[in-house]
Amino acid sequence: MRISRKHVVFIILFLIGLTGPLFQSIVYPVFLMKIWCYALFACAFNLLLGYAGLLSFGHAAFLGSAAYFAGNLMMDYGSTWMTPEVAVIIATLWAALLGLVFGWLAIRRHGIYFAMVTLALAQFIYFLALQMPQFTHGEDGLQGVPRGMFLGLFNLAPDSHMYYFVYGVFVIGFWLTYRTIHSPFGQVLRAIRENEPRAVSLGYHVNRYKLLVFVISAALSGMAGATKTLVFQLASLSDVHWHASGEVVLMTLLGGMGTVWGPVVGAAFVVSLQNYLGVVGSWVTVVTGVIFVLCVLVFRRGIVGEIIEVTRRVRKGRQGADAGATPARSSSSP
Amino acid sequence: MKRMIGHSLIGVALALMLAGPAAAADKVSDGVVKIGVLTDLSGIYSDLAGEGSVVAANMAVKDFGGTVLGKPIQVIKGDTQNSKADIAANIARKWYDDDHVDAIVGLVATNVALAGMEVGKQRHKITLVVGAASLPITDQKCEPWNVHWIYDTYSLAVGTGRALVEKGYKNWFFITANYQFGKSLQHDTTEVIDAGGGKVVGSVLAPFPTRDFSSFLLKAQSSGAQVIGLANAGSDTINAVKQAAEFGIMGSKQIVAPLLLFISDVHSLGLKTAQGMYLTTGFYWDRNKESREWSKRFFDTFSKHRMPTMVQAGVYSATLNYLRAVKAAGTDDSDAVMKQLKSMKISDPVIQKGHIRADGRLIHNMYLVQVKKPSESKYPWDYYKIVSTIPGDQAFLPANKSVCPLIKQPYHYGK
Amino acid sequence: MAVFQWLGISPFGLMAQLLLGLINGSFYAILSLGLAIIFGLLNVINFTHGTLYMMGAYIAWVLLTHFGVNYWWALLLCPLIVGIIGMLIERFLLRRLYQLDHIYGLLLTFGLALVIEGLFINWFGVSGDNYDVPSQLSGGARLSFMYLPYYRIWVIAISLLVCFATWYVIERTRLGSYLRAATENPRLVQAFGINVPLMLTLTFGYGVALAALAGVLAAPVQAITPVMGANTIIVVFAVVVIGGMGSIMGAIVSGIVLGIIEGLTKVFYPVGSAVVIFVIMAIVLLLRPGGLFGRER
Repeated sequence: MRISRKHVVFIILFLIGLTGPLFQSIVYPVFLMKIWCYALFACAFNLLLGYAGLLSFGHAAFLGSAAYFAGNLMMDYGSTWMTPEVAVIIATLWAALLGLVFGWLAIRRHGIYFAMVTLALAQFIYFLALQMPQFTHGEDGLQGVPRGMFLGLFNLAPDSHMYYFVYGVFVIGFWLTYRTIHSPFGQVLRAIRENEPRAVSLGYHVNRYKLLVFVISAALSGMAGATKTLVFQLASLSDVHWHASGEVVLMTLLGGMGTVWGPVVGAAFVVSLQNYLGVVGSWVTVVTGVIFVLCVLVFRRGIVGEIIEVTRRVRKGRQGADAGATPARSSSSP
Repeated sequence: MKRMIGHSLIGVALALMLAGPAAAADKVSDGVVKIGVLTDLSGIYSDLAGEGSVVAANMAVKDFGGTVLGKPIQVIKGDTQNSKADIAANIARKWYDDDHVDAIVGLVATNVALAGMEVGKQRHKITLVVGAASLPITDQKCEPWNVHWIYDTYSLAVGTGRALVEKGYKNWFFITANYQFGKSLQHDTTEVIDAGGGKVVGSVLAPFPTRDFSSFLLKAQSSGAQVIGLANAGSDTINAVKQAAEFGIMGSKQIVAPLLLFISDVHSLGLKTAQGMYLTTGFYWDRNKESREWSKRFFDTFSKHRMPTMVQAGVYSATLNYLRAVKAAGTDDSDAVMKQLKSMKISDPVIQKGHIRADGRLIHNMYLVQVKKPSESKYPWDYYKIVSTIPGDQAFLPANKSVCPLIKQPYHYGK
Repeated sequence: MAVFQWLGISPFGLMAQLLLGLINGSFYAILSLGLAIIFGLLNVINFTHGTLYMMGAYIAWVLLTHFGVNYWWALLLCPLIVGIIGMLIERFLLRRLYQLDHIYGLLLTFGLALVIEGLFINWFGVSGDNYDVPSQLSGGARLSFMYLPYYRIWVIAISLLVCFATWYVIERTRLGSYLRAATENPRLVQAFGINVPLMLTLTFGYGVALAALAGVLAAPVQAITPVMGANTIIVVFAVVVIGGMGSIMGAIVSGIVLGIIEGLTKVFYPVGSAVVIFVIMAIVLLLRPGGLFGRER
């Protein structure tokens, strides 16, 4: 396999990510871990919105219910046999199963109706969370979830250890989304997004593709939720609330939907905003809203999308000068 | 750069600690006593806590003299954005780990309080919970470095529940918010009613939030109960009271008893609607000369010019007494300060004759008040008549009923 | 009679609850009507609707407490003021997004809703303000089965009046036919010499004016808080979707019917009243994708 410039960039970024805990005095590790969790959540969401063109307004259900799953597993069995990676895997499987049910019900609908079905189902999950206090502890949430021993060997209680666990989960999740996007399966998804009737006429079982991508997206969202529970050692109702579904739309859009790195950048941006805007107190809602509006009006491609656009224009200009125009690449494969 | 200096200071502090406990004991870590006010600055609790809590904490620092043990006192603030436990936990961790915060005061909703306490417990750092209501904070979930100030669901239940049963209001109907807080409020009050020979004739769990209570009120009305107990809070309570007035319940034979109502809620309801209701509070600004003077100062200092709620007053009291304890202990070391806090008398313009029990519960007088009629109110914020004072030993969960292990076996702080 | 005993409620009690459901339904109807008009004619899913509803209530409160303007004038002025604000939003922000996917309209209005809500929290605090029932409508009728406040009767009357008047204008008049034609084929209608952009602006203004009207109607019966709209809007969305997005009659009928269903849920399974509308929405969408009265686009 030829090592392209892209691979080099990936490897460098991967190595930079590894050094996270070294900068403890500049960036707080839990803050970084939060970014990785939300970045994974946003990547999973982007897979659906950016590549399959499906706007789900119910992704909080996967994030939140997997968080409760992992939390309960660790709290009940963490002291005996449950290890964090097993908890995350079980919670991810749960989210995949839930995604299968949601997806099966929702994919037959299009556009805003799809969003509404997912919202309704997610509201139902929220309702269940409220009605099952023995499982969710109501609005108090699951508190003091132990982080456990990774593989039964490494204690994750120190933040620096936990960091590598979270980073590992993120890298695996990110790699999965990347592989999905750049596989023939991803190509079909894009075809469906661009022109569904044509994809049907080409003989693709469109609904099967949509369902599969929905399940993958749900599973990865669940993985993010379960990991988040371990980081913060709590799972709460706000993870299943529709605000969380809205938040992930914001992250994806802000970073650039349909781009590989967009959701990561968007998640980092929004999480930092929440973290550092705490100081402005009651103005935090206003500032978030203004960013949202500006993003829709001015930076519709999102941060990464705009950067790609600019570089393409520059490159095109240069190529145009010496060799004549080459066909522009699709914005969805940077 | 600042952080690096901070780190070298930790280094110095560590070196001093290694040098021996005696050297550490008379030292203030990092050369500053830092108090973090972690509260809801932007969400639904921001009127009853919010900026007003920060103002109260700063007032306490100023009243204390601005320095302790010759070191400056600093107050920083953090926003839990309504009651997001993960954001609260994140801030608390960062404050304790990186920003050298010595004590966190505030923590308005129960989930936020439990999250903050968990972080504090792991680090043996102090949390002073003012605002969250749940009893488990000093019961099932109690921990040695936490104090619960001002009120809890039990004291509300006892205050309003017992007083009304004694007045002959024996049959109750509950409209309860469908979450843990509402349920535990109903549960605690039901115990008090049963003990007093009263009876709960019915109850309904209302979703949170509910915009229209008329359907539930109608049920309550037809139940024949003498009292409609509202086991909810905030705009839910306000809506329920308002609609009770609209449907002719207020002023009828049936009375409405909101179990948790802050003075900010009464302010927004207006006396015309709220008049005659009984409620329990841990602080009322116009109770005596001392509280009046302090509250007026708060009113003038606070840019929104509002009288303090019991939560804001509680933040003042918690901050002030924390500083007193630091001074008396001669150090800001958590163990020494907690030991001091639990052994000293708590007395200030807000709290009279209080003390902190082994489980972290601040025991002090609670007040049963009645909302005045518009004609009885002589000046702005003249809202309550104090009907009775509930002595601390009756207002809070008795030690023998508590399941907190610290009651039987108090924690041994330090050596 | 046995049936009622079995249900645990007297027939009178049930009647009273149905009436309360109808009152709430008329709130839903007037809010969902505004949303449906905006979606039907502009293809915008207006997330600011709840916020503008809140704004209507607050403007009424400000008018009363600071300018001494009474309820009846507020009933006229608030929709007017909010309508103008809505037209500004349409003219300067939303118009840029018409050629794009619906999603962008939704996201823009979502952001705007956050901004407005945040500003109101800063200005008015969150604990809410009180608006008294106008003296002409205070008190109530003591019916055999319940005490019915006059104000609630007024709410039903005015809501139904406004809803059906709006329906009549859109479905049965020449102006309405232009509007409907403009959504089908704006270029053609423009060619007939009708100013389509202006028509869209006015439509948006009217839609949000309905929200403001609902806000004024709600002001005396609930706490006026900056978050009152955010809590309501998501339910109203569901109502519109059930009725069929863009269907005027669908919005009105499903608003009223769902108000009643929610009311009954409050009687028989109170905690479920928060979720019943979403359950119905899911079922309706699975069986009839376009909603009860609409067609899927």
